[in-house]
Amino acid sequence: MGISLTRAAQWTMVSSSTAKLASTPMNESLLKEILHFVERFSSQHPQEAEHVFEEPLQWNTTLVASDFKTDYDISDSDVQSHERDSEGHPLLQLSPPTVYVRSFSQLSKLLHLADDKKLVEVRACLEGKFESNLHPKQSNHQHSSITHRLNVFVLLVTLYNHPIIQVRLNPKAVKNEVEILQVFCGGGDKGLLKSLRYTSDFEFSNGYRAPLWRQVQGDICYLVIEPCDTETLYITCSTAGSFLNGGEENGYERTSDTYEDLVTLLKSRSPHFAEKINQVEVLIVCLIKKAEVALVYFRKTSAGALPGELFSESSTESEEEEEQPYRHPETNTDLPSEYWQIQKLVRYLKDGDQIVTVDTLCAMMDFNLMQESCQMAIQDTGGLKVLLNLLDTDEHKCKIGSLKILRTISHNSQIRRVIVDMRGVQSIVKILDSPVKELKALAAETIANVAKFRRARRNVRLYGGINKLVSLLDCLPNLASLTPSQEEDIEVACCGALALWSCSRSTKNKKAIRKAGGIPLLGRLLKSPLQKMLIPVVGTLQECASEESYRTDIQTLGMIKDLVRNLSSDNDELQMHCASAIFKCAEDKQTRDLVRKYKGLQPLVSLLHKAGNKQLLAAATGAIWKCSISQENVTKFQEYKALEILVNLLTDQPEEVLVNVVGALGEFAQIPANKAAIREFGGIKPLVKLLTSPNQALLVNVTKAVGACATNKDNMVIIDQLDGIRLVWSLLKNPSADVQSSAAWALCACIENAEDAGETARSLIGGFQLIVKLLSSTNNEVLASICAAICKIAKDEENLAILTDFGVVPSLAKLTNTTHDRLRHHLADAIAQCCMWGSNRASFGEAGAVAPLVRNLKSKEGSVQRSTAMALYQLSRNPNNCITMHEKEVVQPLIHMMGSDDEELQEAAAGCVRSIRLLYMANRNAELFTFRN
Amino acid sequence: MSKISAMNKRATQALAENISKQVEHFSKKEVECLIREFNVLMAEQNNSGRAVQGLDRGKFISTLHSIFGLTDDRMTGRVFRTFDKDNDSVVSMKEWIEGLSVFLRGTLDEKIKYCFSVYDLNGDNAISREEMLHMLKGRLIRQPNEEDPDEGIKDLVEIILKKMDYDHDGKLSFEDFEKAVKDEHLLLEAFGTCLPDFRVIFFHDSIHSTSARLETCSEY
Repeated sequence: MGISLTRAAQWTMVSSSTAKLASTPMNESLLKEILHFVERFSSQHPQEAEHVFEEPLQWNTTLVASDFKTDYDISDSDVQSHERDSEGHPLLQLSPPTVYVRSFSQLSKLLHLADDKKLVEVRACLEGKFESNLHPKQSNHQHSSITHRLNVFVLLVTLYNHPIIQVRLNPKAVKNEVEILQVFCGGGDKGLLKSLRYTSDFEFSNGYRAPLWRQVQGDICYLVIEPCDTETLYITCSTAGSFLNGGEENGYERTSDTYEDLVTLLKSRSPHFAEKINQVEVLIVCLIKKAEVALVYFRKTSAGALPGELFSESSTESEEEEEQPYRHPETNTDLPSEYWQIQKLVRYLKDGDQIVTVDTLCAMMDFNLMQESCQMAIQDTGGLKVLLNLLDTDEHKCKIGSLKILRTISHNSQIRRVIVDMRGVQSIVKILDSPVKELKALAAETIANVAKFRRARRNVRLYGGINKLVSLLDCLPNLASLTPSQEEDIEVACCGALALWSCSRSTKNKKAIRKAGGIPLLGRLLKSPLQKMLIPVVGTLQECASEESYRTDIQTLGMIKDLVRNLSSDNDELQMHCASAIFKCAEDKQTRDLVRKYKGLQPLVSLLHKAGNKQLLAAATGAIWKCSISQENVTKFQEYKALEILVNLLTDQPEEVLVNVVGALGEFAQIPANKAAIREFGGIKPLVKLLTSPNQALLVNVTKAVGACATNKDNMVIIDQLDGIRLVWSLLKNPSADVQSSAAWALCACIENAEDAGETARSLIGGFQLIVKLLSSTNNEVLASICAAICKIAKDEENLAILTDFGVVPSLAKLTNTTHDRLRHHLADAIAQCCMWGSNRASFGEAGAVAPLVRNLKSKEGSVQRSTAMALYQLSRNPNNCITMHEKEVVQPLIHMMGSDDEELQEAAAGCVRSIRLLYMANRNAELFTFRN
Repeated sequence: MSKISAMNKRATQALAENISKQVEHFSKKEVECLIREFNVLMAEQNNSGRAVQGLDRGKFISTLHSIFGLTDDRMTGRVFRTFDKDNDSVVSMKEWIEGLSVFLRGTLDEKIKYCFSVYDLNGDNAISREEMLHMLKGRLIRQPNEEDPDEGIKDLVEIILKKMDYDHDGKLSFEDFEKAVKDEHLLLEAFGTCLPDFRVIFFHDSIHSTSARLETCSEY
């Protein structure tokens, strides 16, 4: 909503010249919003709805007299409302085609009458102009400030839809308010006020007029106002609201309640003002001013929760800190002495001038700010607000001091949240532009701490922080000798990288960093010899490597070499981030080759010895897993005896390590020699044991590894002894499709290689039912794997009989319409195998499996052609199927296949053609026989 | 006329060469500019016929105000005393240039020395409680419920003393001050603004270097 209105405001400026609304979806939704608002207005704000406009809203309506009901005087085509203003003018008047409306309640009634033409009316109303022909004498210059009616509506919608009670006033809003009121000053009794002026003509660059040391308190400016009917008022406008002050003698003291804005304050003090302001046109002007505040507030709240954005952030945030409700300050009983000392210092911060402020900040730094009691004391005593206010002042020493405290206390998650709530991120982001390097570095460091949760990260992005942070990275990291200024640049770049690291946990920020040109800069910093620089840089890269585009850039910009180099660093954290970056990037074959080329495989294996550091171990094993997808890498790994170490890591490790270790073993076991090696190192038993893990990612890898090992007969014996087939089989019940298919593939290998596997399979109660049931899965990968498994199981005739009983034939037949090649291949195999029992051939024909199979022959995939030809050969032994095949013109493609180099395919195709031919001959003989008789 | 100005120019150059050897951080060209600027200030000063060898207190303070934005009366007086090393109540050309060298280009050590001598009101090589109180007085708004208007400041002085007085003798020696500032640079101007804002320095610096460069150009 906030964003839509902001856009609307831009759009109205364009369209105000033409006074026509383009018919865009944006405008449509805006119109609906306004319509909705106006319809509810009279019930939600009855008092305001009765205000009479001084000038009517006027437009050409589509309504005619007959549309109006009671409450209206109808004479011919003209209509007047019963409701009249104090001078007797009707609040609604229709003289076709023009309608004049003079209050919100009438407007909402009219829209009610318009029924399905509501939107047309709203649009016409907005396009209409402020006409003053009804009361020419009352029209005056005040309206020049309202250029287009739409603006007013948009602002009204904003205003009333969203409470602005908790708004912090800002200098701009106050300035607007003062400027508007100044327009109505003077002119004797007709004006709102006699005079209104600031006490100081000097305006700071931040819009404040109060002296610096009062700005810290939130004071914006001081006003002297002469109302028409009471004595002169001395007023302080502060971020908390407006209040009377002690006048010339005691200008800073508050002597009245605080009002949310100037108008409210004046209303309470000057009856004359209150009376005058209750005219709608003035009200609208004031509303515009209020809405300004509201819009500012709005941007703030809309940054908090836009449904579209809420769920689109990156998945790495799952371990994200939760937003918890605020801890309320405890009662004053057992507060530590630091609390009172800090409270005192906060008071000095508020009351002191620049020198005292800096001294106090230094004194505050002496407290142990990492301690929660101190952090909470600063927050509870209002110190946080003062610290944030200091960031908006012009005093760079105060800013430095404040940031030094903020960067430390922002380690506390609650403080972080309050900083974001108080709009601190904007102020900190703004400081990134400072010419003082120390300030930039401190601001970036503070962002690094604050941006630990999503809302903060989004704020950093929305206020342009990502671009600024990326530009901090621009320095020369690896010069032999540095000037002091270059050293400072490096320090700044370090802090910038730290901040980006925190920010990069949001997907959109990753994109923003890329867009801001951050990747080449990170690549350059990667050449730095400094660990404190490398850790955040590699941390950011590995965080971002979850994005495809980053992985490509990391590879093409030559960063793999540097990542590999730092694998041999002496810092565990750096090694971990490098390994984890390689883990993410090595999905790509070229990257895997580069890791080998730069001799990164050996350091990865040596990281396995650091078994104490589980995070490092997880990253290293992950990198090994992904690298071992390339067989050349596996060969290298064997030189470094990686397999034995990996097998030893199968026990007593956390799951994130196990997933990677088992994944790596699965890849290693693709080489036959390694299958035996795994057994020799005692790896089979722990692997089979892991089949009972509840972790799905782990199960996918374990079943794959077990499946790979099972193709070795000796391994299979052990697996069988350990009841592995039953364990794998029961994983078909797992809810995850990945686990199901991976388990089914493993099952294929097990059944193929086990001694009397048929017997084992039959002993599993409910196993066959499960298999047949999975044929109704919607996941093609699962279906393909199950078909493959059926093919293996059905090799045993008894099993096939049981499967047939459970209805495997119609279930398979139903799948024949698929276009998924992998599934087509295994499905055809399964059908061919299932033809071996009883009347299954005929059943397939009856279930309509033959025609689609003929079509599948035309697939370009060789494996599909081959399996399908074999299935057709089996099916062709049933005469009815032959007829169907012949009808579907199977002969021509089969004859093509007979010319294939693949003997089995040749044979199947030829066999099939033969069956058809035999049937034809038999038919002809039969016909001849009948003919003869 | 042109002869005189040529002689003047030569004299200035000789003087500049001499001074630039004794004062750190400025090149000969820059010193020349500063000399010229000093002469302008001298000319502006109402010397009422007397032959004065430097800027008097009033002119000096108004210059601090107009060029360097230093407005704190308590401090500007002390800055004058610190610039005026020979205590003759005027800031001579050399003193002026020496002072500016710290102002504009001073290293941290030089600035620490300078600030310490500004803050050491009675020149006894220590900043006492009373001196601090004097310098910080009135910098806190008086709370209406407090009886002693300076209670807050007194408390603050104790806090600062506790923080900076490493040898626990109840006053800040130069060593105390130096150590504290090196620890936390923000404490350099702990008792009042006596150095120009960095923006002024940027500005000033760029003017000097540009005008120096222009000089060089015009000579060829």
